[in-house]
Amino acid sequence: MASDAPLNAQVNAQANALAHENILEAASEWLKSGRRVALATVVSTWGSSPRPVGSQLAVDDKGAMIGSVSGGCIEGAVVQEALAAIEDGKPRVLDFGVTHEQAWAVGLACGGKVQVYVERME
Amino acid sequence: MKRDLLGALLAARAAKTPIAIATRLDTGAQALVGPTPIGGAQTRGDLALDADSLAAVRLALAGDTSGTIETPSGRMFVQVYNPPLRLIVVGAVHIAQALVPMAALAGYAVVVVDPRRAFATDARFPNTAVTTEWPDDAMTRLAPDRRTAVVTLTHDPKLDDPALTVALKSDAFYIAALGSRKTHDARLKRLKDAGFDASVLARIHGPAGLAIGAKSPAEIALSVMAQATQVLHAKAGTGG
Repeated sequence: MASDAPLNAQVNAQANALAHENILEAASEWLKSGRRVALATVVSTWGSSPRPVGSQLAVDDKGAMIGSVSGGCIEGAVVQEALAAIEDGKPRVLDFGVTHEQAWAVGLACGGKVQVYVERME
Repeated sequence: MKRDLLGALLAARAAKTPIAIATRLDTGAQALVGPTPIGGAQTRGDLALDADSLAAVRLALAGDTSGTIETPSGRMFVQVYNPPLRLIVVGAVHIAQALVPMAALAGYAVVVVDPRRAFATDARFPNTAVTTEWPDDAMTRLAPDRRTAVVTLTHDPKLDDPALTVALKSDAFYIAALGSRKTHDARLKRLKDAGFDASVLARIHGPAGLAIGAKSPAEIALSVMAQATQVLHAKAGTGG
């Protein structure tokens, strides 16, 4: 199975990048290199939601992301709030879901609800 | 999150120590909490916790459950960071070549054990921790804990049995052995003769994996990962 070896290497590298464990480490490296960073964490979910409580997304001042707080449906809005938190230093709690007034714009396709806490790393 | 708190959190994770961070979402105040005091203090950070609140955070940590809790010190979000899951694969066989990357993708730190040097090569398992120690030596050194899964794949009693013997004496959350029902019955008999009770032997999932009609190495690996996931979450759900 000559094809297995490169596949293995590739997938292991991907797994390292995907692992939840590495998001804070990556954020710490960003801070050390002088980038400003905010951390978003899923703190509550209701109904079906793509990522469980505790899922995290680190965002830098250029909008670069590592990790996730949803299947991609709310990341755009979370990044905007993260950039604002990097500027003003205030933590915020964001609610997303079908009852949210912006639901039609950034709602969850799955119909669930999710609450995300955004804080500046300092 | 303050940088010194992040540093202490990362240090705990690097040391594979369970650690939790409690956050008041209204103020952003945070406390770092371990199962035992950290550097002589019960907590670190700018969030003060009374004894009952501290106990509540430690309970969440022990239960591996992140979430919002009500405490005498207020409503707070507790994020639990437990050491990573580990998978010990005994047998650097073809199925292992599929199982290793799948487990890595699922977030497991993977170690492959096989004293047969023709199997345990870097070419077959690139970027993977591979050891050619004898399975009982390797298993004793790796010391499986309740965040560890052990899967034997060799079909060879000389290799599988010593690994299973160490695994059964450990807290490993998932133990599985590849092989047909007949092979498994013979294995259970040998281990029974070696002194293991039936209740202890019942911890071994054999034949390994969920019954999904798996045929190819990748399909068998998938069925094993599915079963390990099922057992992991069943145990977390019952608090066991």
